[in-house]
Amino acid sequence: MSLRTFMDGLEPNFHKGGKYEKYYAIYEMVDTIFYTPGKTTVGQSHVRDAVDMKRVMTTVWWCAFFPMLVGMYMVGHNATAAMQELGIPALEGWRGMIISLMAGYDPNSLWDCFVYGAVFYVPIYAVTFVVGGLWEVLFAVKRGHEVNEGFFVTSILFSLTLPATIPLWQVAIGISFGVVVGKEIFGGTGKNFLNPALTGRAFLYFAYPAQISGDAVWTAVDGYSGATALSLAAAGGLEGVMASGMTWWDAFLGNIQGSVGEVSTLAIFIGGAVLLTTRVASWRIMAGVFLGMTATSLMFNWIGSDTNPMFALPWHWHLVLGGFAFGMVYMATDPVSAAMTNTGRWWYGALIGVMCVLIRVVNPAFPEGMMLAILFANLFAPLFDWSVVRANVRRRLARV
Amino acid sequence: MEYYLSLFVRAIFIENIALVFFLGMCTFIAISKKIETSLGLGIAVVVVQTITVPVNNLIYQFLLADGALAWAGFPEVDLSFLGLLSYIGVIAAMVQILEMFLDKYVPALYNSLGVFLPLITVNCAILGGSLFMVNRSYNFSESIVYGLGSGVGWAIAIVVLAGIREKMKYSDVPEGLRGLGITFITVGLMSLGFMSFGGISL
Repeated sequence: MSLRTFMDGLEPNFHKGGKYEKYYAIYEMVDTIFYTPGKTTVGQSHVRDAVDMKRVMTTVWWCAFFPMLVGMYMVGHNATAAMQELGIPALEGWRGMIISLMAGYDPNSLWDCFVYGAVFYVPIYAVTFVVGGLWEVLFAVKRGHEVNEGFFVTSILFSLTLPATIPLWQVAIGISFGVVVGKEIFGGTGKNFLNPALTGRAFLYFAYPAQISGDAVWTAVDGYSGATALSLAAAGGLEGVMASGMTWWDAFLGNIQGSVGEVSTLAIFIGGAVLLTTRVASWRIMAGVFLGMTATSLMFNWIGSDTNPMFALPWHWHLVLGGFAFGMVYMATDPVSAAMTNTGRWWYGALIGVMCVLIRVVNPAFPEGMMLAILFANLFAPLFDWSVVRANVRRRLARV
Repeated sequence: MEYYLSLFVRAIFIENIALVFFLGMCTFIAISKKIETSLGLGIAVVVVQTITVPVNNLIYQFLLADGALAWAGFPEVDLSFLGLLSYIGVIAAMVQILEMFLDKYVPALYNSLGVFLPLITVNCAILGGSLFMVNRSYNFSESIVYGLGSGVGWAIAIVVLAGIREKMKYSDVPEGLRGLGITFITVGLMSLGFMSFGGISL
């Protein structure tokens, strides 16, 4: 019996009047994982295209694998190097047990580093997926909408913005807030106004700052503290970053402290290139973010400051440090919370770039500004769209 | 000049009167369903705030503050307990004068603002602006800048909220949360975005 006939045999139970009518959302979810839905739009307007939400979302999901894989390797590499430095022979607890079955602690071995990173990152992602997925299914069953592939994207992006050492219960709370308050109470995918992954992360950031910011959380070894490059830059400027032995190429390739997904700008750009060629992500938003960031950092370079070394940080360093590249490629381009009109996208992107550098340079409370910059621009996206539409209406009225 | 600029920026963003202090919530939530009307209300608040804060500043400085009546020969009199009463009186009078002025000379704006103009009298963002002015002992020119800045900040916040609420007409909010409930949550999430400015000291 093939899977298709099996699923077809089950299907009547889930239809109206069937035994499990309430759980149709779950049946639909499992069915569309294996098969493309055969349903077409009903109503007057119908655009025929091979691209649907499922394909768009899974493309983003796959593209997020590049920074994820590199990020896991880097977590392992940094941690095993730190262990050698501190003279710790092996990791304790269940993570250590898994590593002892599969690999060792050699910072030069690709496999060892990768396994080390995986025992930290995979549980984070698993918790994100299970807890967030439960909320998603609960709302879908209760409110009668479908479980959407958008959650694949939210879950992976959320987990990639976390440091590897974050306690798993906090991961569960964060994704619950992101999915429920950021998305589901507005009606699910496509109906929210903030990026759900970033909403969850911002919640964690303000609720449990000790586990998501500071110097001790980035390297997955107890008792080792390594500041992120942005904290170094905030304290001592570019010289401070250089003094720690870090070069621009380190930051570009990913050999720095940071959240799992944000470290390697190169891997992010590879994923971004795929997103741009498949036209899943808007190039206007990315270009807007980049231009806004470059213009603002050049302006700060030109103004200069005797007391704040961040003023002098050049734009190509802003690009590779912290979450800028990750936010630009994966977060800012979220089609739901971004502006919908083409001109609006330019403005929306530029606002993110400007705000990001502004927060990094001027606000001493937050060394990194990308998360808050995107959330801030999400608020203004509907206004940008409104003014673009209004200007268009006025222009066309003048022609009549 | 630089000092006034930073006071202005601080009043708009860092100490946004709607999203950081949560003042003026009643009108903020009631009249933010459409961008056009909220824009009109925002402008009215800017005008009223820019007038009342400096006027209240003069009243405080020369009538109410401890020893302010020295010019009239009563250096030991402290009338600051009359503060709340006189500020709200000034606000009501100012709104009334503004209303009559607009009715006579700018009827188009008067008609588009309609009932919102008298409503501003009871908007706690306006009274809050005057009380902050006293609390932080701003002088006359500072109070002009602060009045303008806090008004502009409130106007930006209400227009942004209206934009989001217009977008949210496509949302499918659970029954129990429709209306006020989801608006409160929206405002809370908005102030999460405005946290970007928290901690900046100008």
